[in-house]
Amino acid sequence: MSFTAPHVDWAAIAPVAVVLVAAVVGVLLEAFVPARVRRTTQVAVAFAALAGALLAVALLWPSVRDDGGRDVIGGSLAVDGVTLVVQATILVLSIVALLVIADRTSTGLDAFAPSAASIPGSDYEALARTKGLQQTELYPLLLFAVGGMLVFPATSDLLVLFVALEVLSLPLYLMTGMARRRRLLSQEASLKYFLLGAFASALLLFGIALLYGYSGSLKLSEISAATQQVTGTESLLLVGAVLVMAGLLFKVGAVPFQAWTPDVYQGAPTPITAFMSACTKIAAFGALLRFVYVGLPGMQWDLQVVLWTVAIATMVVGTVVALVQTDIKRVLGYSAVAHTGFILTGVVALNEQGLHGTLFYLLAYGAASVGAFAVVWLVRERSVGADGGEGDVLGEATHLSQWAGLGRRHPVLAGVFTLFLLSFAGIPLTAGFIGKFSVFSAAVEGGAWPLALVGVLSSAAAVFFYVRIVVLMYFTEPAVPGAPEQDGGTAAVEQAPVEQAPVEAAPVEASGATAATLTAERTATGERTVTTTVVRGRGVVAAVTVCAVLTVLLGVAPQPVLDAIASIATFLP
Amino acid sequence: MHTLTALVAALPAALPLETIEPIASAPVRGGIYAVAPLLVGLPLASAALLLLLGRRADRWGHWLGVLASAGAFVVGLATFVALLGRPADDRVLDVHLGRWIDAGAFHLDAGIRLDPLSLTFVLLVTFVGTLIHVYSVAYMEHDADRRRFFAYLNLFVAAMLVLVLANSYLLLFVGWEGVGLASYLLIGFWNHNLPYAVAAKKAFVANRIGDIGLLVALGLMFATFGGVDFQTVLTADLSGVSEGTMTAIGLMLLLAACGKSAQFPLQSWLGDAMAGPTPVSALIHAATMVTAGVYLIVRSNVLFDAAPTAQLVVVVVGAITLLFGAIVGCAKDDIKKALAASTMSQIGYMVLAAGLGPVGYAFAIFHLVTHGFFKAGMFLGAGSVMHGMDDQVDMRRFGGLGRYMKVTYFTFMAGWLAILGIPPFAGYWSKDKIIEAAFVPQDGQLWRAWVFGLVTLIGAGITAFYMSRLFFMTFEGERRWSSRRDGGDQHPHEAPALMTWPMIVLAVGSVGLGALLSVGGWFTHWLEPVTGHAEHGEPVLPVWLIVTLTLVLVLAGGVLAWRRYAVSTVPVAPPIGTALTRAARVDLYQDQVNDALLVEPGQHLTRSLVFVDGAVVDGGAHGLGKTTVGLGALLRRLQTGFVRSYAGGMLAGLVVLLVVLLVTQS
Repeated sequence: MSFTAPHVDWAAIAPVAVVLVAAVVGVLLEAFVPARVRRTTQVAVAFAALAGALLAVALLWPSVRDDGGRDVIGGSLAVDGVTLVVQATILVLSIVALLVIADRTSTGLDAFAPSAASIPGSDYEALARTKGLQQTELYPLLLFAVGGMLVFPATSDLLVLFVALEVLSLPLYLMTGMARRRRLLSQEASLKYFLLGAFASALLLFGIALLYGYSGSLKLSEISAATQQVTGTESLLLVGAVLVMAGLLFKVGAVPFQAWTPDVYQGAPTPITAFMSACTKIAAFGALLRFVYVGLPGMQWDLQVVLWTVAIATMVVGTVVALVQTDIKRVLGYSAVAHTGFILTGVVALNEQGLHGTLFYLLAYGAASVGAFAVVWLVRERSVGADGGEGDVLGEATHLSQWAGLGRRHPVLAGVFTLFLLSFAGIPLTAGFIGKFSVFSAAVEGGAWPLALVGVLSSAAAVFFYVRIVVLMYFTEPAVPGAPEQDGGTAAVEQAPVEQAPVEAAPVEASGATAATLTAERTATGERTVTTTVVRGRGVVAAVTVCAVLTVLLGVAPQPVLDAIASIATFLP
Repeated sequence: MHTLTALVAALPAALPLETIEPIASAPVRGGIYAVAPLLVGLPLASAALLLLLGRRADRWGHWLGVLASAGAFVVGLATFVALLGRPADDRVLDVHLGRWIDAGAFHLDAGIRLDPLSLTFVLLVTFVGTLIHVYSVAYMEHDADRRRFFAYLNLFVAAMLVLVLANSYLLLFVGWEGVGLASYLLIGFWNHNLPYAVAAKKAFVANRIGDIGLLVALGLMFATFGGVDFQTVLTADLSGVSEGTMTAIGLMLLLAACGKSAQFPLQSWLGDAMAGPTPVSALIHAATMVTAGVYLIVRSNVLFDAAPTAQLVVVVVGAITLLFGAIVGCAKDDIKKALAASTMSQIGYMVLAAGLGPVGYAFAIFHLVTHGFFKAGMFLGAGSVMHGMDDQVDMRRFGGLGRYMKVTYFTFMAGWLAILGIPPFAGYWSKDKIIEAAFVPQDGQLWRAWVFGLVTLIGAGITAFYMSRLFFMTFEGERRWSSRRDGGDQHPHEAPALMTWPMIVLAVGSVGLGALLSVGGWFTHWLEPVTGHAEHGEPVLPVWLIVTLTLVLVLAGGVLAWRRYAVSTVPVAPPIGTALTRAARVDLYQDQVNDALLVEPGQHLTRSLVFVDGAVVDGGAHGLGKTTVGLGALLRRLQTGFVRSYAGGMLAGLVVLLVVLLVTQS
């Protein structure tokens, strides 16, 4: 048996290649560049790689638009219109997210532990902190994740799909555990994410095996061809397809595979949450779209019931549970779950409109999501000094009651955050409205009107918790430092006073030592020994500005983007 | 086209025979027309400036207002002269301003329509408006909020010019709402006085009802013609459109006109609107805004010509209103309310004329222009009387004032004679034409000629009675006020020059404008590019007889008023009067009818809706909210934080999905 090296169309895989090569270079830089300039170099390489990849996508764009794209590396990857749109979206948003990640803000500290491997509370941790160590491996990790994400939506081969999934997931697990503050929470989130992710990967692999057993191939096109023949082993196909989808639905955070989302979003360093809430979801939806549209065109009607069930459950659960959250990052986490449901509506529509609507929605949602988490990153706790003056800036002020009155003290910041919330809620003149409108109308067009109905109702209910935050920011008096908690907190968050933390704190209690740290922090919040403050950071401000401009532009004049998507976004068969 | 050009070339020779059909607009840019946006821009900028600068502009703000209005008049005059210089078949111009709305299949350009009709209004609004601005400088001198008053006046002028210059019904609607807003603000200018604020609200609500008509008409036009700009709608091929649709559009436009022009059955607000300062009554509620309905009908002449039923309704509404206003006017003792009733009645004449079709359009506008002059003049006269009589408006407390305020007396007399239609005063030339036109059979239906002809004829007689009553009660007869010398507190005196000069100018117009514009039928021909040419049909009575009859009735009305209000004693307390008088004093019970028919049921409806809203809708929503939050709290318990339970949940969910799938498959 002779081995023939596949022809590699380097131009077509340039976006992926640039990012992955830069990631490898980044690892080498860790070894050879002096610590003094390491961070600067890594950030520069990361920006250059992402920008270069975006440029490569832009260069590919005209030819793919004209000829529909091509299969590369022996048919493992399909560089077609949908791939390019998803890749471009991921690259734009990861550049914006990188602005947040790399920004050390006015505190001079980034979001990451000085030495992620140290045991929380240990002497070594303290030493690393005083020495001012930095975990600059973060940037190569980020590039690896982005590289995996760029491959993910392009895979027309299930094995490559699995590899891409792992390439994008493993760095995310690591980065989730790297928070500078609340390290136990962060590490716990990381471990959870890893364990559940491994479980989901196993499901995916099992599904791939079943599909291979059914069709004798790993290529989507050949599986698709095999579904046309009656073989009597359809259950193999059905179960395999559902298992593969389960793996992908885990990544997008759809019910019943959503449980990790709020915990991980809360535990991860906020800039990383910003990055993964947008980019992971976009990449995974890209892969899901390709799997459903290209791999199973003959199966769509059989699998519709599964997709419908998942979409409805996701919208309802995401919305309903978000209503009772008291932590801003968890609210946004559940809101991300609800949005997964809305986007699934576009996927389920199973028509061209649904495809285009989904792609647009991903961009609209991603922009608002990165922007919202970036704002969360700026709103911090500040300890009250011994003399009653201002103390040190601490971690993010994530409890909702701490956001009370933010609109008065920081009108611009609160205004921008309101804009993102309105976009999440799908209020007209924001990108979210156009996104929701396109997926729901596509769903109605595709005969899935019950989904659209549930979607509209959920959106209406979701407005409640978005607007609750707006009300909190603008119309609630901030609590006075030192005053008893009851005044501000209960009034601010009617449904959930701060003391009522047992359920939220449960993950912490489950892991022993953490309980002490976090409970102490809760108490600290309770007694108002901390105040809420806002830090500045040029990178974050730039990122928030880009996201806000995108949100408004896509809401007011979406036509150019819609046209661009419509002109290019088709799958290779 | 060549024949048309040839016809136009022969225009001076054969003036009465030459015909011009309504013509499509031609786009223009540059030249004098480029300054046309200033017509709106100047007063709008001035209004914005006055409102934004606040108290800082108190000292000179009113003069800025005057200047802005005068500037708009100068621009209007320049545009008018430029338009006069063009051949008659090329006098409909569109100045393109830019793409306004671009939504799917709907495109709309914002633009300015310059044609004889719009320029007639521009000149009327800016000329009379400027005079009233000047008058107000003195009239409002002691008001602390004079600057705000001028800001609103400028806002009104700008909005009114948007209304008449718009090149689409949608832009017209913008102006339509703008004048409504300005009217509301100005009626309620002294809103610390509760009844005044209520009057403003009443005007606003009545106008809203009309606005709904215009909105529905806009929708119908878009559905029928695929556009709402004049170019599309007024030159559309109507052959494929059912008469029902055209009637619906016509009736909706009429509803709009009724609201804005205080026509039956939406007339009730005009009397109360007299709560505003008198210059406002003169400008907005006599000369310009209330005539917007007539403008709308004449502007839409093509649509009405295709809807005979709607036209008939227009005529009927006009006829009812002209009698209604005239009867109410006979019983009012408040000088401004009597004038308001007269305005209503005179606009009834215009609406009636506009409903007569091509025969009447030009006369409706003609009467509108002359009425704008003489009615504004009389309102300013009434304001001058109030100025001299410490804001007294009860005519039973006047009498013999002509001796104390000569200028007011003579200028008011000019207006009075004009509205009576005494030749050669302005009203004669316009109103008489309407009466003649009303006597012309429409569609060969003789009954219409007789009914509407007689209504206008009788209306003229009643008009003569109540206007003479007003004039005699105020200026003639014995004095019923007490001077300071007698221990009273009134000393009638002439107003300052800033007030008298505008009155004099308007009086000159009341005397000469009708005759001037009638020379060789100039005004009718001037409007022909818009209204089209109509052969004047033969009235059922000879013209000389109609004129004579009209004059006889007018004289009879005048003499009757002379005997009752100038020669005999007028009681200071109003006598009980006949049932008709009592009814007319309360506007023929229109408020009671409105209350019984609309307000009461409406309030019952809202009360029951509020109850249903509270009990069912809110209850349901709160219940749903509580259920959802409860469900959320329940679901949150599933989020235990244990990885094993998460993984178990995933597995269970997966199994459920597979079972669902396999069950639906088999």
